Amino acid sequence: MDAITIRDVSKAYAAGKARTEALRGVSLDVADGELFGLIGPDGAGKTSLFRILTTLLLPDAGHASVNGLDVVKDYRRLRTQLGYMPGRFSLYTDLTVEENLAFFASIFDTDMRENLHLVQDIYTQIEPFRRFRAGNLSGGMKQKLALCCALIHRPRTLFLDEPTTGVDAVSRKEFWEMLKRLKAQGLTIVVSTPYMDEASLCDRVALIQQGRILRVDTPEGVRRGYGRRVMAVKGPGMLRTLERLEGVDGVVDAYPFGERVHAVVAVDPDRIVWPEELEAVEVTPDIEDCFISLMKESHD
Amino acid sequence: MTEDVIQAEGLTRRFGDFTAVDAISLSVARGEIFGFLGANGAGKTTAMRMFCGLLKPSAGKARVAGYDVWTETEAIKRSIGYMSQRFSLYDDLSVVENIRFYAGIYGLGRAEVRERGDRMLEELGLTAERKALVRSLPPGWKQRLAFSVAILHEPGIVFLDEPTGGVDPITRREFWKMIYRAADRGITVFVTTHYMDEAEYCDRVSIMVDGRIEALDTPAGLKREHDTDSINEVFLRLARQARRTE
Repeated sequence: MDAITIRDVSKAYAAGKARTEALRGVSLDVADGELFGLIGPDGAGKTSLFRILTTLLLPDAGHASVNGLDVVKDYRRLRTQLGYMPGRFSLYTDLTVEENLAFFASIFDTDMRENLHLVQDIYTQIEPFRRFRAGNLSGGMKQKLALCCALIHRPRTLFLDEPTTGVDAVSRKEFWEMLKRLKAQGLTIVVSTPYMDEASLCDRVALIQQGRILRVDTPEGVRRGYGRRVMAVKGPGMLRTLERLEGVDGVVDAYPFGERVHAVVAVDPDRIVWPEELEAVEVTPDIEDCFISLMKESHD
Repeated sequence: MTEDVIQAEGLTRRFGDFTAVDAISLSVARGEIFGFLGANGAGKTTAMRMFCGLLKPSAGKARVAGYDVWTETEAIKRSIGYMSQRFSLYDDLSVVENIRFYAGIYGLGRAEVRERGDRMLEELGLTAERKALVRSLPPGWKQRLAFSVAILHEPGIVFLDEPTGGVDPITRREFWKMIYRAADRGITVFVTTHYMDEAEYCDRVSIMVDGRIEALDTPAGLKREHDTDSINEVFLRLARQARRTE
């Protein structure tokens, strides 16, 4: 069964004469219990889609439902089943950790103590700070509190808008481990991220750009669907290496990738005459290579 | 010509009983791209504030662009550029107003501002948008503009505090190409990032844990030492030893 169904959803914002089309006919299905990633840069439309699915914004056109409930008509019932962690920290900074949790529990007519076991795993980590005001917590702690508040009313579906942006690699890893445990409890989770390495941790991902979904697939499917070969090139410094790759026959794109340059080739790599001082070895394309190529194609 | 643009020895900053930066020592050469890594709360921002002349150390020595962080903070501020994701351009000023504003702060003359500003806009392909409010620019353009503005006064060193958060992989790479070009012109780049692949773009990186520099080497050297092919793995191993919560 699909937990989320999105059909031809569009949304535009007008400010004076300027009109921004945030979503241009988005259709998407997310299965029950799926950990689904929405991958795309700032301004791609991720937040607009989240706000429509969480009943906080009305679509201009199209339909969407979550757990069989329409996001417009059934918004009241739907809200009790949703957990939402917005991209910007949106808790009350002048309330303590405990007060924030109690507040969010009470607006959903539930009791914090009764449901604390649902988030015990995460709450344990912030419990020592329970009497701190939320505004005085560090970034990582704020993020954990926000997740607790989004879960305190036992939602069936969880929406996380860029929960790991600006978060260090250690906290990011911990956060994804928490998501896996929540998924194991049966929650459907939709999470957006600008980090390509996080895409590979999802069951399926949708790549969104300029309000359109470019591709929906499993991370492995995305990689398999990539039709080109990639060479990792090492040379005399990044800038010089990139310069030397310009105009090489058979190389269709070249960009920095870790300590090497990735050169995307359209022909058999053996037939390419590599410029002097460049050393090229074929590598398995990374999911980031796939996304870079999908994004560039859609721009053209 | 190898001259050190940043030299620090035993640089320390305490807040009450808490030692945010604990006797760090490092030197960064002219034209080098130096990655300053660490988990949230490891002390990076405090160290960076001292290097920028915004915060007095508690102990230790450091010189930035040849000036002393204890006594010559105003000279430091004039000799550096700074950009971060959180604070860069004014959204409600136009492109050209932002340029004038920052150039003015750094003491560039009117003719100089016009000449360098025009050249910069041309290089960025933003000439047609000169009167547009910065708010209306796509994030990637804004970022490249912010970087160009930060080095408009040709500083010896530019500090970039998580400059690339939230942008797509293509824009991020375009941004790094600008960093490479700046370094090629001799501008030293001191950068913090949470993207570990970007750590690999640096000439050398340091990894800070609990206020101390626990590792400092080329990315290849660090990977060799920790016997792994991923900088992320090196980072996780070191950062997980942290005792203090952020």
